[in-house]
Amino acid sequence: MSISYISEILPSLFQGAGLTLQLFFWTLIGSLPLGLIVSLGLTSKIRPIRWILDLYVWLMRGTPLLLQLIFVFYGLPLIGVVFQRYDAAVFAFILNYGAYFAEIFRGGLQSIDNGQYESASVLRLSYWQTVRKIVIPQVVKIVLPSVGNEVINLVKDSSLVYVIGLGDLLRAGNVATSRDVSLVPLLLVGVIYLLLVGICTYILHKVEQRYSYYK
Amino acid sequence: MLEIKNLKKSFGSRVILDNVNVTVKDREVLSIVGPSGAGKTTLLRCITGLEKADSGEFLIDGNPFDPQATDTSESVIGVVFQDFNLFPHLSVFDNIILAPTMVLKQSKKEALEDAKKLLEQLGLVGKGDLYPYQLSGGQKQRVAIARALAMKPKILCYDEPTSALDPNLRKEVEKLILGLKQDGMTQLVVTHDMDFAQNIADDILEVSSLDKLNQGTD
Repeated sequence: MSISYISEILPSLFQGAGLTLQLFFWTLIGSLPLGLIVSLGLTSKIRPIRWILDLYVWLMRGTPLLLQLIFVFYGLPLIGVVFQRYDAAVFAFILNYGAYFAEIFRGGLQSIDNGQYESASVLRLSYWQTVRKIVIPQVVKIVLPSVGNEVINLVKDSSLVYVIGLGDLLRAGNVATSRDVSLVPLLLVGVIYLLLVGICTYILHKVEQRYSYYK
Repeated sequence: MLEIKNLKKSFGSRVILDNVNVTVKDREVLSIVGPSGAGKTTLLRCITGLEKADSGEFLIDGNPFDPQATDTSESVIGVVFQDFNLFPHLSVFDNIILAPTMVLKQSKKEALEDAKKLLEQLGLVGKGDLYPYQLSGGQKQRVAIARALAMKPKILCYDEPTSALDPNLRKEVEKLILGLKQDGMTQLVVTHDMDFAQNIADDILEVSSLDKLNQGTD
C-alpha cells in the first residue's frame, strides 16, 4: 500500500464520491418535503387520501430499493417513461426515502398534543398557519434523531445505484480492486464513507443542539 | 353581552346539553359550576367553537355570531385552557404576538408593545424572553391569559383555572380574575370548585346533570 498508488486511485474514488454526494443531496431535497406532505395526508381525515398514501408507503417499504431502482430504469420505459440513469436513481431514491420520512413525520405529528391544535384554533390561526408555525417546528425537534438515522442510511444506500450502471464511490472502488487485484481501493472507500457519515453526524448533532433551546 | 339560547349538543345518541341558556353580562363574571361529567366543559367547548353545537343561537351584543368562524376580523371569545396549552417552542413574547401578527395582521412592533403592556398588567415583567418550560404554573396561566387578551376578545373563558395549580394559588387566581374584571373584562369561568366560583362570580350557572340547567338568580 504505497502512497503513490493511493494518490493514483484517489481521483477516481473522489469522482465516485462526487456522484454519491450529488445523489445524497438531491434525494434529501426531494424526499424531505415529499415525506412531510405525505405525512400530512396520512394523518388526514379524508379516507381515500389515506388509502392511496398507505399503498404508496407499503410499496416503497415493502420492496427492496434495489428492485425499485431496476423497475424505474428498466421497467418504466416499457410504459413509455424513460429516465436517464442518474435521473432514474434520483427519482427512485426520492420515492423510497419519501415513504420512510413520511412514516417518521407521521409519528412526530401524532405526538403533538391536541391542545396545541385547540390553542391555535381558538386564536383563529388557519390550518396552514398552525402547521407552519406550531406543528412543524415541534415535529422537527421530535423527529430529528430518526431522520438522522435515515440520512446516514442514505449515504450508504446510494451505493445501490451500481445496479443501473452508475459510477458511484463503491463502484469506483470495485473497479480499481478488480483491475489491480488489491483490497486497498475498497479500504479507502470504507474510509471515505466513514468520513462522509462522520460529517453528517456532526451536522445532525449541531442541528439537534439548535433545537434544544426548549423542552 | 354574550347570550346563548337553546343550545343543544349530543355525542351520538347521548344528549349532553339540551335547551341550555347562558347570559354573560358586560364586565361581569359568570361561573359555570357542576360535578364532572355534567357537561360544563362541553358547554365551554361549544361556546369557544371547539365543538359544533347541534343547534342553538349565539349572540354577542345582540348580533348573532358563529363560534367556529375563523374569517371574522373581530375576536369574540378568548380561551385560557386548563393546561394552558402554551406553545413550548416559542418564547413568552412570541406566544403572545403570534396570533395578533398572523391573524389580526398587526405589525410586529405594535404587537410587541401590546404584549409588553399585557405582561406588565399581569405581573410578568421581564419574563418575555423566557420559554414556557422556564415558568411556574401560575406564570404559565398568566401568559395564557395574556395570549388570549392580545387578540382583544369580548369575553375571556377559563376552563378549570384552579385545577392545574397548587391549591394555595387559588387566591391568586381569584385576585387575577377580579383584577381583570375591574379593567372591564367580561369573563366566563368553568369550575368544579363552588367556593372559588362564589368568590369571583357575579352570577353562577349550575350544570347539575342532563337537561336540568337553570341559570342562578341574578
